[in-house]
Order: sequence, then C-alpha cells, then structure tokens
Amino acid sequence: MLNASLKELSSALARKKISSAELTRLFLDRISKLNGALNAFITIEEEKSLAQARAADQRIAKGGAQPLAGIPVAHKDIFVTKGWLTTCGSKMLSNFVGPYDAHVIGRFNDAGAVILGKTNMDEFAMGSSSETSFYGPVKNPWDEECVPGGSSGGSAAAIAARMAPAATGTDTGGSIRQPAALSGLSGLKPTYGLVSRYGMVAFASSLDQGGPMAKSAEDLAILLNCMAGFDARDSTSIERAAEDYTRDLDQPLAGLRIGVPKEHFGAGLSSDVGKAVEAALAQFEKLGAKRVSINLPNSALSVPAYYVIAPAEASSNLSRFDGVRYGHRAKEYRDLADMYRKTRAEGFGAEVKRRILIGTYVLSHGYYDAYYLKAQKIRRLIADDFLAAFRQCDVIAGPTSPTVAFKIGAKTADPVQMYLNDIYTIPANLAGLPGMSIPCGFGTGNLPVGLHLVGNYFSEAKMLNVAHQYQRATDWHRRVPAGIES
Amino acid sequence: MNWEVVIGIETHTQLSTVSKIFSGAATAFGAEPNTQASAVDLALPGVLPVLNRGAVERAIRFGLAVGATINRRSIFARKNYFYPDLPKGYQISQYETPIVKGGEIRVLTKDGQRIVHLTRAHLEEDAGKSLHEDFQGMSGIDLNRAGTPLLEIVSEPDMRSAEEAVAYAKVLHALVRWIDICDGNMQEGSFRCDANVSVRRPGAPLGTRREIKNLNSFRFLQEAIEYEAKWQIETLEDGGTIEQATVLFDPDTGETRVMRTKEDAHDYRYFPDPDLLPLVLTEKWIEQIKRSMPESLQATRDRMVEVGLSIEQVNQLTTSRGTSTFALSLFANAPREEVPMLANWILGPLGAKLNEENLDIEQSKVSSDQLKALSKRVFDGTVSSTAATTVILPAMWNGEGSADEIIEKRGLKQISDSGAIEKIVDEVLARNAKQVEDYKSGKDKAFNSLVGQVMKATHGKANPAQVNDILKRRLVG
Repeated sequence: MLNASLKELSSALARKKISSAELTRLFLDRISKLNGALNAFITIEEEKSLAQARAADQRIAKGGAQPLAGIPVAHKDIFVTKGWLTTCGSKMLSNFVGPYDAHVIGRFNDAGAVILGKTNMDEFAMGSSSETSFYGPVKNPWDEECVPGGSSGGSAAAIAARMAPAATGTDTGGSIRQPAALSGLSGLKPTYGLVSRYGMVAFASSLDQGGPMAKSAEDLAILLNCMAGFDARDSTSIERAAEDYTRDLDQPLAGLRIGVPKEHFGAGLSSDVGKAVEAALAQFEKLGAKRVSINLPNSALSVPAYYVIAPAEASSNLSRFDGVRYGHRAKEYRDLADMYRKTRAEGFGAEVKRRILIGTYVLSHGYYDAYYLKAQKIRRLIADDFLAAFRQCDVIAGPTSPTVAFKIGAKTADPVQMYLNDIYTIPANLAGLPGMSIPCGFGTGNLPVGLHLVGNYFSEAKMLNVAHQYQRATDWHRRVPAGIES
Repeated sequence: MNWEVVIGIETHTQLSTVSKIFSGAATAFGAEPNTQASAVDLALPGVLPVLNRGAVERAIRFGLAVGATINRRSIFARKNYFYPDLPKGYQISQYETPIVKGGEIRVLTKDGQRIVHLTRAHLEEDAGKSLHEDFQGMSGIDLNRAGTPLLEIVSEPDMRSAEEAVAYAKVLHALVRWIDICDGNMQEGSFRCDANVSVRRPGAPLGTRREIKNLNSFRFLQEAIEYEAKWQIETLEDGGTIEQATVLFDPDTGETRVMRTKEDAHDYRYFPDPDLLPLVLTEKWIEQIKRSMPESLQATRDRMVEVGLSIEQVNQLTTSRGTSTFALSLFANAPREEVPMLANWILGPLGAKLNEENLDIEQSKVSSDQLKALSKRVFDGTVSSTAATTVILPAMWNGEGSADEIIEKRGLKQISDSGAIEKIVDEVLARNAKQVEDYKSGKDKAFNSLVGQVMKATHGKANPAQVNDILKRRLVG
C-alpha cells in the first residue's frame, strides 16, 4: 500500500480491500515512526484526518466516488487550511489557525481526499533546501545528512519516505521541481494561472504557482485534474475549459521533438547529473523522439532578474505581517514603530529578512528603473526565448538542478550558491510556463537526479504524456530510499 | 506689489458601490466596527483582491462627464507604507497609468467663467480608521472603511482664489452626484478635498506649495485656503521662505499647522500590483456607459445661465438632477422676467415644504405645472405673494385643487381696483383722525398702522403696493 499508485489506491478503496480510515491510519503510523528523524511535517491532527477518512468511506460506500476520494494527501503549510495551524514555516505565523480553506484545499476536500498533515517548508517558501524553516530543517530520506531540496522539501520528504502517497507544493523559482529532483520524485509546476493562488500565502505573486508532487507522472495527472481550474477569487486565474490531464498519457512519443538548450549543459552542471540527463535523452530517442538543439540565450540572466522581481514582490506581500491583526507580536514595545520593528525582527528568519531588504531596496526611489524595470524587461526576453524555442520543439528537456542533494548546512553561509540551485528552473517561472521534474537516475552518493521538462503554455497534458512514456520505459521513479523501506 | 494665489485641488470621492473595490464586503456607513471587513479587507494570509466592476464603471462615467481621455488600459499599483489601519501594508491605487486622464470643469465666479483643467482621476481603496479614544492608552482599529472605493480627482493648479476653489469644489460635488457615482455626503467623508496652495508674483514661476489635507466642508476649504495664502504671503514679505509641507487645518483656531515636511516624506515604493492584471476596457462597454449618461451638467448649467439666473441660483438648482429637471420644466416657455421668481419658488417655499417632510423633489406633491400656475397669479397681481406662500401653496400641497380653484374657493383674489381701495382708504382715514394727526406731526409709525387698518378692512386682499400709494397721496394731499 505504501508504494501503491493513486490509481491502485483508488481501486483498492473502491473494491473495499482497504478503507480510507485504515489507509489514513497506515500513513499516520508511518509518520509517527519516521517524522521525528525527517521533520517533514509541521502539523499532524490525527483525529481531524481520521474523521475526514470516515466521511470519505461513507462517500465511497455510496459508489461513484471521485478518483481521490479517501486518499490521504499531505499539504504544504503554505496553503491556508480551515481549522489547521498554517505557519508557512515561520515564527510569524506560528500561532495562526486558518479561518478559511485555500482554493486548492477546498478542491481536495470536495473530491473527498483526506488532509494527512501540513508539511514543512522554507520560511515563506524562501529557500532551496528547506533549511530556513522556523520548525527546523527537513532531512532527505535518501540521505539524512542531506537536504531534500526546497522550498517544498517537507512534501518531498513525506512522499519519498512513503509517509504520504501524494502532496501539494508551490513553486516560485523551482520549489516543486528542485525538491522533486533531489528526493527522487515527480513534481509539476503548472502554467501560471492554471491553479488558483487563493489561500496560498503569497511569496512572489507573479511567479507563485501551486502544483502536485507524487511518485509518478500518472499520479501527477490525477492530482492536477483536482487542482486545476478557474477561480474568480484569483484575478490571475485563467478562465478556460477543464481538461482531463490523464487523457494523453498513453500516446506514443514517435515524432516528438525534444529541445535541448545548450545553455543548461555548461559550466556549473556537475558531471554525474549531466550523465544521467544525457542517458534520459538517449532513452527518449529510443522511444521515437527527435532531439533538437535549441538556444535560450538569455538564460543566464534569469537568476539575477528573479532575485530582483521575487524579493520586490515579497517585500510588499510580507508587509501584512505587522503584528497588528494576527500572528506573532513582540511582547514589549515602546510605541508603534518599536512594535513593528521588534515584531518583524523576532518573527522573520534571516533569509526572509534578506529578501525583504533586497526587495525594499530595488523598489526604492531612484533604483526602481535600474533594477525592477530592467528585470521586467529581461523577463520579457526570457519568455521570448522560449516562444522562439517552441517553434522548433514540442518540449524542452535538461537537468532540474545542477547537483544532487547537498549536505545540510553546506550552502547556508553563501546565499548566491544557494540561489544558483534554481538556475534551470527559474526561467519557467519568469515566463509563466509549465515545468516538471521526473527521476532519471542517480548521481554522486547514490542520490537521485531529476530531468527537467518545460512545455508551452497549457501543454500539461502533453508533458505528462512525455513523462509517463518515459516512466513506462524506466523504473527510476519506483526506487525507494534504502533503510526506510517498509 | 501684488501676490497671486495658485491653488490645485485633489478630491477623494467615495464611489457609491454596494460592495468594496476589491472584496464583497458592504460599504454602508456607520456599522459596528469591523463588522464590514472580510478576509480580504483584513489582509489575512493568502487572500487576493478582485476588482469591483461597479467602481470601474463609475470612474468611466466621471471621465466621460468631464470630457477626459478614458485610458483603455490602466494599471493598479501598490503604495507601500506601514500603518495599523492599512491592513496589507500597502494601498492599492493607480500610479503611472490612471483610468482617467485630462478633462475639464467650468466654474462660474463673480469674475466670470474659469476653466479648471483636470490632471487625472484614478481608482484606489480607502484605508480603515484608527480610533485613539476610549481604549485606555491603546488605539482601536476599525476596518469597515478599508477597501471602500475612491476616485481621486486631481486638478491642475488653475484656481486663483479661495472663492474659485470653492466654486470648483461645488461644481465637482454637484457633478459626482449628477452622474450618480457618489452620494456626496461630506459629513460622512464621501467627498474630501486636499488643497495645494502656493503664492507668487504675477508672471513668476510657481511658488513652493503646501498641501492642506482632508477638508470636508466648503467653508473649511475656503477658510483654510484664505488663512494659508495669507500666511504664505506674510512669511515671504517678512523675508522668510516656504518649505514644502503637508499641513492640517484646525477649524477651531482657523489656522493650518505642519503635519510633515518633505524631509520625512515616505518613499512609497510604487510598483504594479501583481495580483491584478492591467485593467483593459472594451469600446463596447464604454459605449454602453456613454448611452446611459444623463444630460450633461454643464449643458444644464448653461441653459440656466441663459434664462437669466444668478450663479448662486444656478449652483443651488443643479445640486441634483431632480431639482434641475423640475426647475427647467418650471422655466419652460416662461417669460424671462418671471424666471428669477420661479427659481425662488423652488429654493424658497417649495424647498421648505420638501425639507419639512424630508422628501426629494421628485416626490413633491405640487408639480412644476401647478407651481407655474400659482406663480402666474402672483405675477399678474391676482393674489399677494404672502397669500400664495402661506395659504395657497400649503392648500395645493394638501391636494385641495389648483391655484385658481383655491383662490376662488377661499376668496383670496387681491383687490386691485383703485376705486375700491380709495373708498376703503377714505373710510379708514375718517375713522382714525388721531393717527392722521400723528403722521402729519412726523410719527412715521402711524403710517404702518393705517396700512394695517386698510388690510384688515379688506381681509388682507388689497394690493399692498396700491394701498401704500393711495394712502400716501391722500395724506400728502
């Protein structure tokens, strides 16, 4: 059961081989056993989860339940969840109980899924290692001395250690795809606007996008069917007809043009990752795909542009955490300014403060044109690069992350090194394109390597088809971390 | 040497939408604190703004009414600053690309017509309120007002006196009500003005301005500008300089005092709000709105000036569309010399009646045609204006019939036959020899007493002007 696909779980539930309550109990026990070491979850509410599971069982008993009915899903603690602590990995929200459900949470509830728990993450999703959480770092189940990637590292570790069959994440610069890569999972960042941001604590609004994390592309498709769709409460949500993302999974790849950007195979890419990705590209050729060399000439500008735009938006988005209405407030203060100062000094961690300062600086009078406006122009150029590339190919492939998982603490002293982790994933966020990571082998330390796929706008069904066909031909996605096998 | 006062006005107009500009919470005034604040207004984590179409429509109506450019694409920006009644830590406003650009408003003053050009009008949200009393050393925050839609209307520095500024504000106030975008309630803060004031020698470049914030009555606007201009002139004449500043007007002292200077001005770090897409307007929608617009206020004002009304009468008769419609129908086909009197019927007796019963003019129990018939009887001397005001109008109001019917029924016809009046005057003089003596020995009061006697003898129906004339002639003769 712990290794079962969502389809298998759904079928087992439908055929009464197991009840949702039993399945939920199974994963809760698994969490009790492993979470102490891995720190993947911030909040577990067994009674709440089990009550939902029992309700799902009644629904299943009536027949005709939806594919996710009764299946426990872990949610990144960035999604506001009614009645659940929603911390965003921060001391600032360490006392904040959600008064409403995020759109994504509501969708899963409506589908009859069970909230298994709230997963750990980099504070306010700012980080690539899940080390900046107020609740302590998350460990990588493949090697507990290593990071699982971030910021959705709790969700990644939960699935990798089989503490959850599936999870949600959010991706602003790679926060779904990079932890999926470093933890041997499949993760999808949809086209910007496909999944409503309502109830997702905002980091950088023009880049944030929620998406699924799971063991396989097929599972991702089932999860995306639940998460995607127009929501009038999010003005950037896109109104378009609903799709079945599983519909093209079984299409053959013959004739598929895979674009390989030269810029993503240069200096900075470690050889073990490069080798695994090359092997994956060869595998695609075996499956009938054609390899096309493409250029993304402005790729190198993506990290600096991102580290202007994302902190700028964050500096404004995080202003609401002021100690006035909710969340942490300093115990003693002299006056209003002192209350703000102490509350925010105590409530935010170092990385969050760093980004607020960068963001405040780049938006300041006299610097706006040189930084923010310039970065927006670069953003346009990067999007144009992709549009040109998609005239030559159907999907773009490369490495998700330059290296396999690194040691906890290895990059905390050097933010720029940390930021460069997302060099291959950030362009898709800047362009608003869908991106995906799937396991494609192992590198140094027998740690997982991720293959990065980028598709054109709203081409999720095609990307999932590409990934699924690869996963039918390979078994990297079925590997389980040694030592934690059940 | 002379000084020239230069004034520009920024007006925060609260738009009359039922719900807030970015949330579904109600905008009604006067509710219990924080009962009209939704998750969006409280800026809970994860919430997002959704633009209220009604607010946009009202901004477009304004733009069309002042002949402005309606920007087909405008941008919402975030104005960042910390304050407890600003829940998000930023205000959503329009900065570089507002929805309305340009336009003009024509203002009449004693010195004639002045055109006040508008710089722009943009949509934004209001902040909440900080309550500093009754909380034992702490402050209370009421977020009911947070997110209320505002249209900030910015004029060019085109006004040259407090009188002109007030005239502008009054026309603007009438206009926003005329086109149904604002209830105009100044006590409740629905229409608040900031005045930018500077002084200079005629022909010199603009002087340094100081901005007087939050003036919520025309009287305060006038007093504040007068004080501020005088203060600036005195300061300069004493050899001082003006420092750019934001000031507050204290109605109790009649003085302005500095709130903050340029040095402690905020850097608001404006940038486009990534939660809201650019506001794109379709031609079709603008056309629809255009078709739903009432006749222009300016055209109505022009018509009233043409028929010979004073500025003050024009201002008063255009405070609402109902009043002006009533007035114009009253003036229709009326001889020019009767128009001022007809106007006074609305502003005087009818207005008093409406006020008394708290009715809008649309609900008047006397129609404009009925009123016109009554006015005609005063004008042609059939009845005295006193009888018309105190007896006939109330009777018409109560549905007792037309003016002529009531005059007939109650026998109110004025005696204008000089022969008849002369006869009565002679009788009165014969009966009151003492008063005649008194008058002749210089006691003017006696004359009034004699007039009174004549009126009494005719049951108030004698034409008072004629009575005066005849009495005077008889007493002199």
